[in-house]
Amino acid sequence: MRRAISKKFFYPVLVIFFSMIMVMMPPYVSPYTIILLNSIFMYIVLTVSWALFSGPTHYLSLASAAFFGIGIYVSAILGDKLPLLVVIGLGGFISFLLALLVGLSSLRLRGMYFTIFTFGLSELIRHSVQWWEVNRTGTVGRWVIGVDHTTVYYIMLAILLITLVVAYILKHSKYGLALLSIGESEEAADHIGINVNAMKIITFAISTFFMGTTGAIMATRWTYIDPSIAFNPLFSFMPVLMAIFGGIGHIFGQILGASVLTLLADVLLTKFPYYYMLLYGMILVIVVLFLPKGLTGLKEEVKKWQEGRSFK
Amino acid sequence: MRILEGEGVRKNFGGLAAIAEVSFHINQGEILGLIGPNGAGKTTLFNLISGSLAPTAGIIRFKGENITGMKPHQICKRGMARTFQLVKLFGNMTVLQNILLGSLFGTPKSILQSDAVNDSSKLLEIVGLSGMGTILAKDLTIVNQKRLEVARALATKPELLLLDEFMAGLTPTEVSLAIELIKKIRDRGITVFMIEHVMKAMMSVSDRIIVLHYGEKIAEGIPDEIATNPIVIEIYLGA
Repeated sequence: MRRAISKKFFYPVLVIFFSMIMVMMPPYVSPYTIILLNSIFMYIVLTVSWALFSGPTHYLSLASAAFFGIGIYVSAILGDKLPLLVVIGLGGFISFLLALLVGLSSLRLRGMYFTIFTFGLSELIRHSVQWWEVNRTGTVGRWVIGVDHTTVYYIMLAILLITLVVAYILKHSKYGLALLSIGESEEAADHIGINVNAMKIITFAISTFFMGTTGAIMATRWTYIDPSIAFNPLFSFMPVLMAIFGGIGHIFGQILGASVLTLLADVLLTKFPYYYMLLYGMILVIVVLFLPKGLTGLKEEVKKWQEGRSFK
Repeated sequence: MRILEGEGVRKNFGGLAAIAEVSFHINQGEILGLIGPNGAGKTTLFNLISGSLAPTAGIIRFKGENITGMKPHQICKRGMARTFQLVKLFGNMTVLQNILLGSLFGTPKSILQSDAVNDSSKLLEIVGLSGMGTILAKDLTIVNQKRLEVARALATKPELLLLDEFMAGLTPTEVSLAIELIKKIRDRGITVFMIEHVMKAMMSVSDRIIVLHYGEKIAEGIPDEIATNPIVIEIYLGA
């Protein structure tokens, strides 16, 4: 507890400082930088919101793509009918409602059964949408109304900041503590007055709200989407990898993991287009093997190493 | 006054009646012991009372209210807490956080975080864990883990505390400390219902004892009656 209090002001101040820079930046940087930053913001939101629920509770969800994809489809269907901000809000809200339903139906599932369920759910939604499009609307893909990169940038920045604020407040509230206890022992948590099921379902739904909003705004970047783009399982796996890579227990680690891996993917893709996935995979394997606590665990490793040396 | 009352409580697991038509009651302020051979259904009865399991038949009343079929967190908020036979702590959280959670969530009215921290530190002292607040729960010795579990249960401000084999695996010195702690808890006005195999401790601390055997209540009475009851001696205590 003491540590949490002494750092109470450090991160908020850091975030305000960075966001001020981010707000003023667009006129001075290249469009390429803006596009890259949009990707980074998107992955940070996906990672932080995934870790909001799956981090403390240890319920490993592989359904991020489902909620991200729902946001994308909301944007594709309603993008030319409603104002952009309403579309984005709806993308989040529909994800939230679906997550409540999913939560209610998967309450009894634990461990890998929950993981497989969420992955199956994601695939089920993808195939259902595909079936609907082919058999009912008679198309495979859809056009999305384009929005300029700077607008996407500012909206993504806003979503990112809201996600971070919500994640930070939740983590440092008594509910954050309760989520951790659920991850440790659900039965004990239930017996000391924590409404375990309500906590799990609501947190899961809140986390998917951000995924849905992100999908709705990022959809405008693709201009053409189909179910295999919108519900690409990679959007489920990447947040998990990024959280593990950065350090699953710290919001800062999640941000770091998402940023570094997005940048790394971008560099590898442009410099080594043929070996991109191979190199990317190797780096991930090395990190998981040698830094089980992620990049934020590096600090502890270095400290341990230095202490070890000073004894010699 | 009866704080807890069970009427014809039954629990079937498939064809097996783990608890068969057991009726019982606990008076406010007493220490009631529950004994019986392994597999007698003692922990099952605790699970039925605390809401871990729903009874197949029968009614359980707590402070006059029917709590049959309620969830553990609802029952906890009404003033009942328990510990587990195999300790169930939040291992990767600190000792203080473990207790804090009990006081933040276990009471019907929400409580200020600062008050919760104060209460939790006091409880650390009461169970004999002062100075260990920042240690991870999993790093405690077994005795201390059991004490922490009691502290966490007490943090929910219970009127009735269920202790499931609090003394199992403790050394004789630790057992006498545990007896003192249980008496201290009773002196705070908390009713105690405890499962125990350590007979000496049970006889000295309980006001009354219930004996279970194959899911049925075979005896009930003050410790002396139980110790001399021929059926209990034959089935459980041994000659």
